[in-house]
Amino acid sequence: MSLLHDDASADPAILDDWGREAGMHAAAGSAPLLRLREISISFGQRRVLEGVSLDLAPAEILTLVGPNGAGKSTLVKIALGLLTPDGGQIARAADLRIGYVPQRLQLADTLPLTVARFVTLGTRAARAQVFAALGETGATHVIDSPIQAISGGELQRVLLARALLRRPQLLVLDEPVQGVDIAGQYALYDLIRQLRDRRGCAVLMVSHDLHLVMASTDRVLCLNRHVCCQGQPEHVSRDPRYLALFGRDGASHLAVYHHHHNHVHDLHGDVHPTTTERDA
Amino acid sequence: MNALLDDFLLRALLGGLGVALAAGPLGAFVVWRRMAYFGDTLAHAGLLGVALGVLTGLSENLGVLLACLGIALLLVVLQRQRRLATDTLLGILAHTSLSLGLVGLALLDNVRIDLSAYLFGDILAVSRTDLLWIWGGGLLALTVLVLLWRPLLAITVHEELARVEGVPVAAVRVSFLLLIALVVAVAMKVVGILLITSLLIIPAAAARRFARSPEGMAALASLGGCLAVCGGLAGSLRLDLPAGPAIVVCATLVFVAGLLWPQRR
Repeated sequence: MSLLHDDASADPAILDDWGREAGMHAAAGSAPLLRLREISISFGQRRVLEGVSLDLAPAEILTLVGPNGAGKSTLVKIALGLLTPDGGQIARAADLRIGYVPQRLQLADTLPLTVARFVTLGTRAARAQVFAALGETGATHVIDSPIQAISGGELQRVLLARALLRRPQLLVLDEPVQGVDIAGQYALYDLIRQLRDRRGCAVLMVSHDLHLVMASTDRVLCLNRHVCCQGQPEHVSRDPRYLALFGRDGASHLAVYHHHHNHVHDLHGDVHPTTTERDA
Repeated sequence: MNALLDDFLLRALLGGLGVALAAGPLGAFVVWRRMAYFGDTLAHAGLLGVALGVLTGLSENLGVLLACLGIALLLVVLQRQRRLATDTLLGILAHTSLSLGLVGLALLDNVRIDLSAYLFGDILAVSRTDLLWIWGGGLLALTVLVLLWRPLLAITVHEELARVEGVPVAAVRVSFLLLIALVVAVAMKVVGILLITSLLIIPAAAARRFARSPEGMAALASLGGCLAVCGGLAGSLRLDLPAGPAIVVCATLVFVAGLLWPQRR
């Protein structure tokens, strides 16, 4: 890895290449917060990622979609520095503050921990700050609940609040809507977009369903061990390579989900009742 | 004669309380991190430590401490290899070190060793030197645990999240293993190799229902352990029970009483 890092900085041709590719997606003039180039990784004999590159500009929302086993979570962990790839280059903006919402949080029942304590495990914060962060994600009502006693949707909002306390420049969310019903999933994606709008942080997230996340993402990268296709969400949803990967059936839920989307504010059950909902 | 009697009882009580105080908070983490079997393995290594201590002419206490620390570090190294699952490694280390200890002690035919004192504890024979080890080691363990508290709690809740938030995960994990090794080494005199884990696990488990915070659970576990030590010693004196097992039975009584206690609300 470190060898390849040196290669990248020493070889201007590669950097030029990066520049052109990044320019296609990232806003001109702003250096990317995160830049992955030709990432490959294997677990044992199994090739999980092969030559994957991506760039993430400040305040941009990029969603990784793809079937199970496509390497989405692996790519996220590489971006976070939790896994070291076998090959490729990673560049992060200097002193990048990352807020991370992991895919799974299984807490032993034996640990007595309130939401307020949980949220401050990573960053020390006064109760007023905790309250404000939970307010931003619509979860103030569970502040003193045991973390094991809250619903899936509430847990995701609490995890988001913990990430926000770090005042992140980049939010990384691995399947942020797990364990949440469809209506609640729309509400969460909408919330993530609102947070980006308000705080100007970039977002890198994993979603299992393109159509759920469509309204909330700037760009989509469809992953199936390699980059299958990428671009604007509407563009990707019509891309033959995306359709081939998910099949016509899987890709045609759009109309149905749109119906839910119109009624999302009436349906969601696990959202704080006093949260002001915006029109989608 | 009376003064002497008082003295050995006082020493037993002080030794037991010292171990219970340190074992409470450590035990809470052992429960949260599901590491009961790890504590057991270190305890088994204690007998190897006794044999090493006698063989080298160093003190038994030092031998036990070094053996526990050594096995803890060996486990860290073996876990890095990722060849075998952790529970398999623990099984191998536990029984190999126990057997090595037994074989080693058998080879020392000029030394008479009371095996049951090591297996089940000999709290009534706690010496002034033992007290120094117990309180010195216990206070050291608690001090380091206080310093490690926040990062250790963070990695117990979610290791990868803690790592992204800047916790030096590997260092914290190894430090915690060494802390357990330290507490197991000092607790051996009181409850013996086969019962040490119970003093880590049972008071912490008993404390769970009554605790609202991690710190509360740790403190209650210490308190429960102290109750068990007092009860066990009393049973040992009044009914001539073996002290180590009596302490563990008392801890279990505390646990059961906690279960039967009516739930609030």
